[in-house]
Amino acid sequence: MALKTRTRSYGSPNRFEVASWYFMRVSGAALLVLAVFHLFYMHVIAGVDAITFEWIVNERWNGPLGMFWRTYDLALLLFALLHGANGARWVIDDYIHGRGANLAVKSALYVLTAILILMGMQVIFTVPLHSQQTALSALVTALGR
Amino acid sequence: MRVTLRIKRFNPEKDEKPWWGEYEVDVEPNDQLLDALHKVKWYQDGTLTLRRSCAHGICGSDAMVVNGRNRLACKVLMKDLGKKVTVEPIRGLPVIKDLVVDMEPFFAKYRAIKPYLINNDPPPEGRERLQSPADRERFDDTTKCILCACCTTSCPSFWANGDYVGPAAIVQAHRFIFDSRDQATAERLDIMNDMMGVWRCRTVFNCVECCPREINITKAIGDVKKAILEGGVR
Ligand code: SF4
Ligand code: SF4
Ligand code: FES
Repeated sequence: MALKTRTRSYGSPNRFEVASWYFMRVSGAALLVLAVFHLFYMHVIAGVDAITFEWIVNERWNGPLGMFWRTYDLALLLFALLHGANGARWVIDDYIHGRGANLAVKSALYVLTAILILMGMQVIFTVPLHSQQTALSALVTALGR
Repeated sequence: MRVTLRIKRFNPEKDEKPWWGEYEVDVEPNDQLLDALHKVKWYQDGTLTLRRSCAHGICGSDAMVVNGRNRLACKVLMKDLGKKVTVEPIRGLPVIKDLVVDMEPFFAKYRAIKPYLINNDPPPEGRERLQSPADRERFDDTTKCILCACCTTSCPSFWANGDYVGPAAIVQAHRFIFDSRDQATAERLDIMNDMMGVWRCRTVFNCVECCPREINITKAIGDVKKAILEGGVR
């Protein structure tokens, strides 16, 4: 009895996949530090009761370490979303084999990721710096500490 | 001692779907599971179909799922299995009959990695190509593979996507990539760097747990990934 078997050829090297694998390692390690410290800071140092929009704007993003926190939050946003989206891309490739369905779900994933990143960046970049504190002086203060 | 074997049976010419056959056999504690299967086939039900050859863990033909884990029937002893033993064909390959699966997709992947030494220079006159013990040591672990398919058919990544080249083929590729006598390193790394090559491995370690030769498969896969990242073997 002859069973039909599909044979695929291997050997189209994939620069993007090398980069993606490396990125997952680097971002994974970075997230371990960023996310754990984020939770620790918000829950233990700042305290859950303190977390309000005003507190974020006035203390976290406009305090003496304002620029540090904005950079920190930007890194957290980008690493978490890109790491998560890349992982989801792999899950989709694992389980959705139809070409059309695969493309559709992946496109939805990419659009969603882009929207979330843009929304996050919009908040981080457009919340105004307090008048007395320009971006530069905040950075100098942050570095001087 | 008396044990019950629950064996997943399937004859595509008669059965619509697989069914479980139960067989009671008397075995010695030091009998192999293969002996117990022989007792079923030889004295109880001659239609039971399985593949085996050497009966000593060398040919790699009797991989099966034993109590949920991929094992060689000839390498596992009855005393380690308990009174009730379930036996199924390895997963992710088409079942031909009972415990026999079609290994062709598995061997197609093996062929795809060019499992032979590539060296276009003639060997030194009248002698073999020499290699230092240190150079030999680099791929010693991966020379032990017997192509039993325990690893590849235990890999969730392979179950999910049958195009994944699979741990066994990567182990075999590793054996040549890290061989100082082989000249096709770049070509081999290109094969491994395929979408369906090493990148589908998620480091789940299922393969390592079931390899009857105790090859550190995940380490070999890690070596290959690193070599791709660094653009060659250092
Ligand atoms: S370590 Fe990789 S190859 Fe081994 S079982 Fe896990 S995913 Fe599969
Ligand atoms: S690596 Fe181990 S489990 Fe995989 S085919 Fe080779 S011997 Fe079998
Ligand atoms: S029969 Fe040869 S490995 Fe088990």
